[in-house]
Parts: sequence; structure tokens; C-alpha cells
Amino acid sequence: MQSEYLIAVEEFCSIHNVDISFIRSLKQTGLIEVTTIKEAGFINAAQLQQLEKFIRFYYELDINLEGIETITHLLQRISYMQEEIRMLKNRLRLYETNE
Amino acid sequence: MMLSYVKPDNPGQACSFFLNIILFCHLPFIFEGRNPYYNKTVMFIDYYKILGINRTATPNEIKGAYRKLARKHHPDLHPNDINAKKNFQQINEANEVLSDPEKRRKYDQYGEDWKHADEFENAKQYHEQSSNRRGQSYSGAQSQGDFSDFFESMFGGATNGGRTRQVKYRGEDYNAELHLNLTEAYKTHKQTLTVNGKNIRITIPAGIENGQTIKISGHGGPGINGGPDGDLYISFSVANHPKIKRLGDNLYTTADLDLYTAILGGEITIETLDGKVKLKVKPETQNGSKIKLKGKGFPVYKNQGQFGDLYVTYAIIIPTNLTDKQKALFTDLSKS
Repeated sequence: MQSEYLIAVEEFCSIHNVDISFIRSLKQTGLIEVTTIKEAGFINAAQLQQLEKFIRFYYELDINLEGIETITHLLQRISYMQEEIRMLKNRLRLYETNE
Repeated sequence: MMLSYVKPDNPGQACSFFLNIILFCHLPFIFEGRNPYYNKTVMFIDYYKILGINRTATPNEIKGAYRKLARKHHPDLHPNDINAKKNFQQINEANEVLSDPEKRRKYDQYGEDWKHADEFENAKQYHEQSSNRRGQSYSGAQSQGDFSDFFESMFGGATNGGRTRQVKYRGEDYNAELHLNLTEAYKTHKQTLTVNGKNIRITIPAGIENGQTIKISGHGGPGINGGPDGDLYISFSVANHPKIKRLGDNLYTTADLDLYTAILGGEITIETLDGKVKLKVKPETQNGSKIKLKGKGFPVYKNQGQFGDLYVTYAIIIPTNLTDKQKALFTDLSKS
């Protein structure tokens, strides 16, 4: 069984100096998942990188939640397309001649 | 072994700096050390030009220009784009100087004549005293590696953060590129890497694909203010084999077949990544016909014991320099 590393939302907010309502809003929009254990919210450590990115978008670039949602979708699309390009490049290698 | 890397951009944000590592087989590779550009000629940088503003710009105009450019070039919005990171670093640096009245004054005063030692010293002294004051910046925590040699010469290095909040940051992620040939990618093997002085022994599973990236958790840059360490991402560049092509888990090769074996059938030996294989050739085999050798392809990534297939295409070689006797025999054959 794989263990999950959870970070308390309150602790995360205090460390990053962000408002707890921001995390709630991210949860409501489906951008992050918050696990509730005994009425306390926890974030999976795997989401940490993404969450920090959202904080930078919101607090540093002044991008609102709708903007963050749009950007996240577009970044996902970029990621899929990069993967597709990688696969197509590998397919193209079949037809490349070697010196 | 050859190694190259560019300066780190924006450590402290999950964004990464890019290392290109070209590895010649079986040698451990190393990437460590500081800025290789440090001894380069230091050039004057026009921060006003970078932000696209004139020298009389007000603080609000500077802020506005910075925000606009930061939204355009922020590394979070340009994954895996080294140029965006470089641009953002320049923008950040320009803002660091121009948004701070003291730094801006010094820059305006000594900018183009920054080589005067006295001014350097004064500037450095100023930097030490003012390290707790911050101009607004989007970079998060930063290290000296984020700033140009020009900046470091004039202001004595970077401040350790652009944001006014004292924030724990996850360390920067490192990206490395590892070059393997198809034979190396065919077998699970171990490599020892040295990252910032620490040796890491990694296992490269058989079947790794060209362009595939693996993550080694916690081996990126150190966390800032007690934040967790970043990760190391290794992208694999698998070179083509001179005779064998790969598509996913399947391999493709061409086998030369002499005319007589093609017509009468027989046996040939072909080379695979796993050694030589004997093939039975059916009589009357056509040029360009293809056979499949099940399980003789590439290992399936992280599925031990599973292999793709090997497709062999026959290329029939027509004999040349025929003797008169051979020509006569072919003539008889053509008439029969």
C-alpha cells in the first residue's frame, strides 16, 4: 500500500501566508482536492507544486480564479500536445535515414 | 563526457533550470559547480529598454510595464521554454533595480560607467544595508544565480526575495538530458550521477523511450526558508540505431536476401539488439515482404519480461556481374 503525504490546509496557509478562503475557492473550482479528516482539511503533497503555481498566479500576477482555471486548461493542452509531438517525432524517426 | 548547462532561472519557484548533459556510454556524469559565465565580459544592461519604458517613467509606469511583461513571460506559463525563463529573469532584474528608488538612482547615475570601483563598493555597502528592503518582484525567493553579472557587479548580488512575505519555497526543479543509444535503452542499467556534489545512483529501466522524462524526487535544488527540496527531471534522448528502428515497443529492421535463397528458401542470420537470430526463409519470398518475430522487439517499459515484436522486411539483392554461363542459364529460365 502506498502512503499519502498530507499537509494541513491551515499549516500550508500559515507557511505561505495565504488566505484560507483562497484554498477553498480553488477546491470549489475543482483545481485542487482537499481531503477532510475529522473536520480538518488536508492537501496531498503531490498537489503542492501545482498549488504553489496557483498562488503565484493569484498573488503575484494578479490573475483571478477564472483566469487560473483557463490557464490550467491551456497548460494541460500544451502538455498533451507536447506529448503528442514527442510520439510523432518518434514515429518520424522510422523514416529517417542514418548516416 | 561532455556537459553543458545554462544559468538557473527563478529558483524557489517550482520552475527549473535546464541542464544539458551529453553522456558517452558507461561513464558517470556530473553536473555541478557555479556559474560558468562568471568570468565572461560583463556587459551593460539597459533596464529601461527591457521594460520598454523611457528614463522618465514614473513608479506606476514601471510597475505597469513590469506586470504586463511578467504575465507574458512568467515561466509558469511557458513550461520547458528556456527562452521565456531568460526573458523573465531580465524583466525581474530590471524591475528589481528600477522599482527601488535607491537602486534606480545609482543605476541612473553610474549605469554606463559601472566599472568604477568606488561606486561598486558603495553599491555593495548599500546592498548589505538594504537587504531587508525589497522592491516588488514576481520571482519569489531568488538566489544569486538569478541575476546577471552586471547586476551582481553593481549591486553585489541578489536580494533573497522579491515578495514582501517571508515564504517557504520548494527548491527549484532541475532538468537534465541524458543521451543513450538504443542498445543501452534496451537493458535495465544503473548510472551514477553527481548533482551538486551529491552522488545519486539511479536505475534506468529497460524500454525507456526517446523524449521520456523521469522524476527523481528530492534531488533538485534545496528548499528555501525550510521548504522541501525540488525534484530532478531527467529527459532521455535515445539515438537511432544504424540498422534497427523503434516505434513504441516494436522494432523494425531490413534483412538482405540473396536471390537464390528468396526463390528456393533457406536460412539467414540477422542481428537483433539481443544478439544474432537465425531465420528460416520460405521459398518464393517476395521482395519487401515482412515477417514478424514475436517477442523479439523492445522491452516494455516497467513490465519485466514483456517485449514488443520485431518486424523484418526482406530486401532481395539481385546478383550483378553475371558470367556468360549464368546469363545463359537465366535466359533459359526466362523461356521455360
